[in-house]
Amino acid sequence: MALMSYAQAACSALAGAMRADAGVVALGEDVGNGGVFGQYRGLREEFGASRVIDTPISEATIMGAAVGMALTGLRPVVEMRVVDFALCAIDEIVNQAAKNRYMFGGQGRVPLVARLPIGIWSGSAAQHSQSLEAWFAHIPGLVVVTPATPADNYALLAAAIECGDPVIYMEHKELWGLEGEVPPEPTAVLGKARIARGGTDLTLLSWSGMLHTALAAAEQAALQGVSVEVIDLRTIWPWDRETVLESASRTGCLLVAHEAVQAAGFGAEIAATVAEALGIPVKRVGAARIPVGYARTLENVARISTQQLLQELKEFLNNRGRKRSMR
Amino acid sequence: MAPDTSEANDSPAERLLPLYRTMARIRAFENAAEEASRGSVAAFGASSDAASMIRGPLHLSTGQEAVAAGICANLTRDDYLTSTHRGHGHTLAKGANITAMMCELFGRGAGTNKGKGGSMHIADFAVGMLGANGVVAAGIPIAVGAAHSAKIRGSKAIVACFFGDGAINRGPFLEGLNWAKIFELPVLFVCEDNRYSATTATDAMTAGDGAAARARGIGIPAESVDGNDVLAVDAMARELVARIRAGAGPQLLHALTYRVKGHVSVDAAAYRDPRELESALEGDPLKLAGLRLAALGVAAATVAKIDTEVRNEIDAALAAAHSAPATEPDEAYADVQDLGAGQWR
Ligand SMILES: Cc1ncc(C[n+]2csc(CCOP(=O)(O)OP(=O)(O)O)c2C)c(N)n1
Ligand SMILES: [Mg+2]
Repeated sequence: MALMSYAQAACSALAGAMRADAGVVALGEDVGNGGVFGQYRGLREEFGASRVIDTPISEATIMGAAVGMALTGLRPVVEMRVVDFALCAIDEIVNQAAKNRYMFGGQGRVPLVARLPIGIWSGSAAQHSQSLEAWFAHIPGLVVVTPATPADNYALLAAAIECGDPVIYMEHKELWGLEGEVPPEPTAVLGKARIARGGTDLTLLSWSGMLHTALAAAEQAALQGVSVEVIDLRTIWPWDRETVLESASRTGCLLVAHEAVQAAGFGAEIAATVAEALGIPVKRVGAARIPVGYARTLENVARISTQQLLQELKEFLNNRGRKRSMR
Repeated sequence: MAPDTSEANDSPAERLLPLYRTMARIRAFENAAEEASRGSVAAFGASSDAASMIRGPLHLSTGQEAVAAGICANLTRDDYLTSTHRGHGHTLAKGANITAMMCELFGRGAGTNKGKGGSMHIADFAVGMLGANGVVAAGIPIAVGAAHSAKIRGSKAIVACFFGDGAINRGPFLEGLNWAKIFELPVLFVCEDNRYSATTATDAMTAGDGAAARARGIGIPAESVDGNDVLAVDAMARELVARIRAGAGPQLLHALTYRVKGHVSVDAAAYRDPRELESALEGDPLKLAGLRLAALGVAAATVAKIDTEVRNEIDAALAAAHSAPATEPDEAYADVQDLGAGQWR
């Protein structure tokens, strides 16, 4: 076990993959100097500038070139800094990386990992604060991953590099400094959720930064006598129906919370699936459909706080949940 | 081609004094903003401090003042301007209200954008300043569209389009310049070359001879200028703006300057040689302009008075921003869209 930050964990996973496979390369802006969040620190020193590739500010070509590299034998890890800038490369992701294998009759494979961090990045306003995981979940051909802890960032990034499909790897913009124990043997695999806290009265499902809010809300609910089971979905697509359905059928109700805008968010997909399969009460909690404003007062309106999540949880239990109610 | 400065009516000192004032104002604004932004963001190894008055990434234009001042001195209030993430200088030089700008950085309802944008999205449409931008090169097509609109509407307005050296490697640079040329639009493209793109020296990432050569390659006349010499920038801008107003179509100016601060205020720029900064500081645009004023026989007291006046302006703006109320939370729901407003979830 080693204590690592979320950024160091990813760096360590990437370094391991680069040591094991000479075909793994990283490319993007500022990676040579370690990345602006330290998520590539030391890699150029170890692997050289030909494998840790500094690029011009050319998102479309960074992503497009990665597709070309992946088609011809490399395993590129693509740095986009934040998901918001990946919008400058949306054709390359959606029409090229995601479609290639199918459209060309299975001749090609696009084993690339594109790092597109999501979430509100405090004080950086509307163009740097989006959570767009649902966009990518909507696109056939893509795997979408959202690690919430250092251990998962280590295990899931390694798994994403090995995966073989194009993976949209969405770290959280504000978790880079989060520290945690990282076991040397990976403790997560793609497509498998984790029960982050056991409980019996309600299933609270979340991922990425919101997982930590969910755990805090569960802690407070426990003080008030309500036992909340918290699931970290970890992979948005393909998502772990088995774990979610098993938990929800046990607790009898499901609340999905995410930082992304609630309308057309991925929570809707999960809630609908669970309602269809189990016929139990379901609820979504996501952000209002507003851009994230700069002022702290505005940013706070766009965030889901622990108190707000707890409140939603109480209302849900009181109005719809069957087993318990809370004051 | 050397610009013809003889047509200027003002004497060099008369021309330089207001330019100096604009630059000194920008410098004072940036210094104040830098001070108020300590701990504003967790990046570049710095951690964030919840007490910081200015939040998030703050991109300072310290040391680049001559470009903003020299270009904007040749624009009218009706002309338009698009900017970058490093836009305080452009905005001030275009004549935006200083207090409203500082309030914006402080997240106040009285800010230019009602506290919704902050530094990286600062805008003042009242003076034609169509916005700073968090996305590199995104201002270029917008500038081109504003110029296209001016042409369609028969307006006399022209557009100054600022972008960094790093931005010329994004597709919108090529697309925007090509568009401006085929429609012969009234745009002054200004590549503000501070040699860096975040932590990366731009030179190593840029093939060929850069912005001016690329512009010439598609038929846009382009000039280069010492971007720290405000009189040179002013003279060159005057020439290019005159051409644009005379209907000669888009022009490009490549202004070579230096990014004195880190990429954002919390970035110590540990990736560059400190000697490079030292030698760049010898060419500091304010220092150069001060020396030039002295050589032109302007009394030191006159210059000192300007320095004091702008510092007082900034102090007043700071005081106003400190005491102004934060943006009301309800403002979060205003100006999202017309149809569908109210349906938030
Ligand atoms: C499309 C896009 N890619 C990446 C970024 C991150 N980023 C912000 S500023 C910057 C460097 C820009 O360099 P330059 O254009 O020279 O402007 P400067 O910062 O030097 O003023 C980068 C890479 C961004 N904001 N937008
Ligand atoms: Mg630059």
